[in-house]
Amino acid sequence: MNPRTLPLLATLGVFLLAYALCALQFPAMLSTRVVANLLTDNAFLGIVAVGMTFVILSGGIDLSVGSVIAFTGVFLAVTIRAGLDPVAGFILVLAITTAFGAVMGAMIHYLETPPFIVTLAGMFLARGVCFLMTTDSIPIDHPVYDTLTGLSWRIPSGGRLSLIGGVMVLVFIAGIVLAHRTRFGTAVYGLGGNRTSAELMGVPVARTTILIYALSSGLAGLAGIVFSLYTSAGYSLAATGVELDTIAAVVIGGTLLTGGVGTVAGTFLGVMIQGLIQTYVIFDGTLSSWWTKIVIGGLLFAFIVFQRGLVHMAARRREAARLATGMPVVSPAG
Amino acid sequence: MIRKTLLAGVALAAGLMAAGAAGAADLTIGFSQIGSESGWRAAETTVSKMEAEKRGIDLKIADAQQKQENQIKAIRSFIAQGVDAIFLAPVVATGWDSVLEEAKDAEIPVVLLDRTIDTKDDSLYLTAVTSDTVYEGRVAGEWLAKTVGDKDCKIVELQGTVGSSPAINRKKGFDEAIAAHSNLSIVRSQTGDFTRTKGKEVMESFIKAENGGKDICAVYAHNDDMQIGAIQAIKEAGLKPGTDILLVSIDAVPDIFKAMAEGEANATVELTPNMAGPAFDAVIAFKENGTVPPKWIQTESKLYLPDTAQAEYERRKDLGY
Repeated sequence: MNPRTLPLLATLGVFLLAYALCALQFPAMLSTRVVANLLTDNAFLGIVAVGMTFVILSGGIDLSVGSVIAFTGVFLAVTIRAGLDPVAGFILVLAITTAFGAVMGAMIHYLETPPFIVTLAGMFLARGVCFLMTTDSIPIDHPVYDTLTGLSWRIPSGGRLSLIGGVMVLVFIAGIVLAHRTRFGTAVYGLGGNRTSAELMGVPVARTTILIYALSSGLAGLAGIVFSLYTSAGYSLAATGVELDTIAAVVIGGTLLTGGVGTVAGTFLGVMIQGLIQTYVIFDGTLSSWWTKIVIGGLLFAFIVFQRGLVHMAARRREAARLATGMPVVSPAG
Repeated sequence: MIRKTLLAGVALAAGLMAAGAAGAADLTIGFSQIGSESGWRAAETTVSKMEAEKRGIDLKIADAQQKQENQIKAIRSFIAQGVDAIFLAPVVATGWDSVLEEAKDAEIPVVLLDRTIDTKDDSLYLTAVTSDTVYEGRVAGEWLAKTVGDKDCKIVELQGTVGSSPAINRKKGFDEAIAAHSNLSIVRSQTGDFTRTKGKEVMESFIKAENGGKDICAVYAHNDDMQIGAIQAIKEAGLKPGTDILLVSIDAVPDIFKAMAEGEANATVELTPNMAGPAFDAVIAFKENGTVPPKWIQTESKLYLPDTAQAEYERRKDLGY
């Protein structure tokens, strides 16, 4: 079996098993309403997780995304209150967040600073700017918002696929195409697999790194727009810790934290698993909500062990191949 | 599933016997709680569970860990589950319209607990159960005016966090109550940020400024925690709290009852953690007879004095404060 698809299959298995167990206890969880809720309620997490998948695939990390979501919400709330048209606000904020990510990417590449430090600084910066703009929760009250939040497709038997849920699905499809069907996608995988050999093979490292972080921040901006539609408000303390939930979703989705291996589709399942656990806890109604974190933590551990095992197995297989042919193998790990 | 139904049935039977046939016919209610950031909040959760059990209601509690997105998710899940009513203690005032519209479409009544929301459309919720913080201040002021009588009394005030609505309202109510009595006057007023340490610090400076505390007749604190800090400061200044200086505060947490039982505080006004009780009753009446409750249900702001302090302390200490 191809070790690249094995983590994805494992994630799919966990998701299906978990859903089956949930449905067994609460048959209502099979309703279209719950499925639609999973998409709507996790829309912002899903969108930002697509960007994070590219970052982690390239061997990096982006801690700034939660703060960028909050920044986007507060920025929109403040500018719309001041009279700016929401659509203009969307374009403006996407430009700002994308540029912000590009600057972080450039710093990571040209200053040779670890992504962890650069994006940590970005996280503090974006969160700080929120508080500079306002410390209150500002409601967004605009006809455009009313229209956008009202847009939904009613599925028979009560479910509603909202606009934001639909946006998330589209972002995932675009992410899958970008990762597997474009030169940029190949470059990202190459960079994460083995940076030196990627460079030797002519991957434009500087451009790719800047684009990766620009993409991640830009998607965080889009997630921020979705979040502001979700809550109809901008709040400086919104989306705290979302960067960690996102990283968890990506890893549970089968992407190696060391980079080079993983899929965008797996990330989708990772997001859905998190949403599913949360839904189960609420359906039960007696469990502490912290069980969500506990189960996610347990799953993360399990997946990390599983992935190390796969890497180890792959290395042994290569070693066996090298011995058999007497040729050195230079292909990257994974 | 069967075990749950059975348990619910037993609880229902017990509830019926205890409450004299309140008749909550198998209601399931989802409660989206903010979190457990304060002792009061934890007590509210505990009391909500107890009140639900009394009425045989199946209460599902979702702790949002201080996040609005978690509260919205919880409300959506409750709707998907088809609960009979949803209780919401909103973490922020804004951004509830779209999810509450979904609840309305699904014909699930929503009751706000302890805080209200900003919305143009107040048909989105059935009723709000909150305390009247202005009234709490008034109860404290009236008690002091009655206790002091005709004597002159210089009051020092420990305010809550600047700009917070309970601080503004508790000051307003107290001021209104003592306005009619010219012998009562607030000589000093400063914020203690609702915390013990700040309450103690501010009280120490008051004592220094007022002739070593001898000129102070009473302390009015916007919450019990600051008052407990003030008690400490008064003791350290060599005065007897509760005797040399009268002490009245608001909230009714267990520690203030302990102080009252020891004679170190004189009165407290309760901010009841039982917001769910009246909400359950409103929902039951609405479901069974179609009685539409008023848009605002005000909880009782009861005054507690040292005579019941020991018993109240015993009653409250296990509520999770």
